[in-house]
Amino acid sequence: MVKKIEKDHNRFRQIIRSRIKKDLRKYITRGELIGKKGRDLVSIPVPQINIPHFRYSPKQTGGVGQGDGEIGTPIAQGDGQEPGGAGEEAGEHILEVDVSLDELAQMLAEMLELPNITAKGKKNIVSQKDKYSGISLAGPESLRHFKRTYRQALKRHIITRTYDPDNPIIVPMREDRRYRTWKTTNLPEANAVIIYMMDVSGSMGDEQKEIVRIESFWIDTWLRYQYKNISARYIIHDAVAREVDQDTFYRTRESGGTIISSAYKLANKLIDESYNPAEWNIYLFHFSDGDNWGEIDTDECVRLLEKHLLAKANLFCYGQVESPYGSGQFIRDLDHKFNDHEKIVLSEIPDKDAIYRSIKEFLGKGK
Amino acid sequence: MNLPVHLSAVKDEIKESAREFGLDFYETIFELLEYDEVNEVASYGGFPTRYPHWRFGMEYEELSKSYSYGLSKIYEMVINNDPCYAYLMRSNNLVDQKLVIAHVYAHCDFFKNNLWFSRTNRKMMDEMANHATRVRRYMEKFGEEEVEDFVDVCLSVENLIDPHAPFMEKKETAPEDKDEEPQPVSLRFKSKDYLDPFVNPPQVIAAQRRMHEEKVKSQSRKFPEESWRDILQFLIEQAPLEKWQRDVLSIIREEAYYFVPQGQTKIMNEGWATYWHSKIMTSRVLNDSEIIDYADHHSGTLLTGAGRLNPYKLGVELFRDIEERWNRGMFGKEWEECDDLTVKRSWNKNLGLGRQKIFEVRKMYNDVMFIDAFLTPEFCREQKLFAYNYNDRSSMYEISDRDFKAVKRKLLFQLTNFGQPIIVVDDANYLNRGELYLRHKHEGIDLKIDEAHDTLRNLSMIWTRPVHLETILEECKTLLSFDGEEHRETEID
Repeated sequence: MVKKIEKDHNRFRQIIRSRIKKDLRKYITRGELIGKKGRDLVSIPVPQINIPHFRYSPKQTGGVGQGDGEIGTPIAQGDGQEPGGAGEEAGEHILEVDVSLDELAQMLAEMLELPNITAKGKKNIVSQKDKYSGISLAGPESLRHFKRTYRQALKRHIITRTYDPDNPIIVPMREDRRYRTWKTTNLPEANAVIIYMMDVSGSMGDEQKEIVRIESFWIDTWLRYQYKNISARYIIHDAVAREVDQDTFYRTRESGGTIISSAYKLANKLIDESYNPAEWNIYLFHFSDGDNWGEIDTDECVRLLEKHLLAKANLFCYGQVESPYGSGQFIRDLDHKFNDHEKIVLSEIPDKDAIYRSIKEFLGKGK
Repeated sequence: MNLPVHLSAVKDEIKESAREFGLDFYETIFELLEYDEVNEVASYGGFPTRYPHWRFGMEYEELSKSYSYGLSKIYEMVINNDPCYAYLMRSNNLVDQKLVIAHVYAHCDFFKNNLWFSRTNRKMMDEMANHATRVRRYMEKFGEEEVEDFVDVCLSVENLIDPHAPFMEKKETAPEDKDEEPQPVSLRFKSKDYLDPFVNPPQVIAAQRRMHEEKVKSQSRKFPEESWRDILQFLIEQAPLEKWQRDVLSIIREEAYYFVPQGQTKIMNEGWATYWHSKIMTSRVLNDSEIIDYADHHSGTLLTGAGRLNPYKLGVELFRDIEERWNRGMFGKEWEECDDLTVKRSWNKNLGLGRQKIFEVRKMYNDVMFIDAFLTPEFCREQKLFAYNYNDRSSMYEISDRDFKAVKRKLLFQLTNFGQPIIVVDDANYLNRGELYLRHKHEGIDLKIDEAHDTLRNLSMIWTRPVHLETILEECKTLLSFDGEEHRETEID
């Protein structure tokens, strides 16, 4: 029998979904999602599902709480989420719908009509991971669960009437002891790698970097959906290139000139060192404002692409953001050289609204 | 479905204990449900047969998600009805079931005896099912979308009711037209016949009569005659609605009124149930092997994490405080006037009135009265209550005060009208154009403006003419208007 709630639940899902779809652009361009990323879930606030009422502005209301703390001690963030209080009725909080990244990727795919990627047919290496998930009666002392053991002992004392409230000493026996146990799970080993490269020269401003950040998030989401496990490497460059961690990648602001070939050289080196193209699906993304230092270096870039990178990678994507300083010449040079090369995708991203189209251009090839 | 034998025996034992303690309840029917069934029933507010609406699905999504991520779990659910219905989750262990059963009986006692529940429909289970049938019939006839959209609109205004209405004489929104002609009031001096045209000139008499008539006319144009708090009733009786719409709106209103007392007595109701489950469990039902699990669960119920006020905790502590004060005679003139702390500390007149007093309180009080009458400075300090406010500079909610008066004032404000603004209809024929004029009785706190706009829009869909709301925004008297197309904000004086 179909449960009665299922109809209402589906109805709700439909509303949410179509809202997400309708507003997907908005979320992408706002980049709100990234800020609220949990481990595997993204919280999407669904603004209009909250049926509007006449109600007090929460910031003026305040309330009553209970607990320690001096006057002035902060008890909650002010961003919409108010602390709970007496008289609080259901529905006074902003609803956040948790969407798993997989679901999000599916919606993105539906929306952008993205084809699934046909991966290079390589064997999957499987790795094993242990997770502590249970309690057992036997085990090594180093894994003894103190609280459970204590509880067991306390229980026994009370049942056998040996518990003395005035002298509450609990002596655990052998049988009281409880131990943590673990389960082993198999995880498919990553066989895809994304190498992100970004121009951080003086002409790349905060807005440009924001665009890169949002776009990378969606690319990441999609590729992670396609490959269950994936590695990512980050390269920043101005006149020289270096590898950094994800955080630095998005935050660094350098100055100075732009020599793009330095990044391509480094990417090539990374591939040669760790990612055998026969075993790995390699994705290269490069974001820049297209203001390279001289034609000689552009020629060098073309040579690197032709001879090395394009042969090794599944896909090379170049996204050019618009900046007030850059000439934006680089994309034209690439276009000229690699007109319709099947492994290269070029995309111009003048503003945040263009991210949506750009993702489609990058990932629409199904490679 | 019947309870399995072992639970049924436990239930009978607890019921017996509850009766012996003086609890008085309707027949209570327990049902054992799987976790997803519990989530389903809870999503419908406890009524398995409710009209279809996506918000129940939304509730379900939240409940089932937080259950599967282990964030929360519903232990008990009980419905104010005769007979009472209560739901137990099958996967709970026996100690939890015992605790829940005891808790439920105390809730049932509260439903049956508390004054504020006295006007609720005790056959709500059936009534809700009837509502569902009606809404479904409308959906078949007029289309699901159409009806759902209208329900959405109605839900937006469902809180515009008068919580005291069930205790007042029922009034009609439009008093019947009086048939009698208004007496023409005009000043006529006594005079002899032949002098009359001079003493009372006909033109003057006529003018006076005209003036009076105009006055009467302009008076009767004011409608409603006095501010009207139950806006839902007003809309049902006065808005130009289709018959089915009128019915849907009355369904929403009826259900809103049914849930009012539960909001009015949240602290007391939970406090009362916690008081009794604790008493029944620890003095009668538990055996030695269960005490640890019970204590674990019970302390979880009373947890006050992250500065939150827990109604279970606040309620039960206040009931216990009252019981102790009335047992020791810590009330009345003599107690109030005593300012010797040592005497006060060891005060005991052995009155033993505590139990009697808390039963009286559970009968007569609601949360506002409960806090107003029994929150003491000592209690406030012991329970570490504080008031908090929003700090603009740090964008944080911060503890603002630990002073008894401030805490009490804030708490009472939070509980009055469920912490919602009071809004009345002032004029349904504003500017003589049939526009609806509402007034927010401003109590120092502004409305959330974006939501107010959206609510106004929804109201205008019901009223079908422009709607206005008088309120105060940043200390400026403002009229929010929606004319069907756009919002306007005008300052008024």
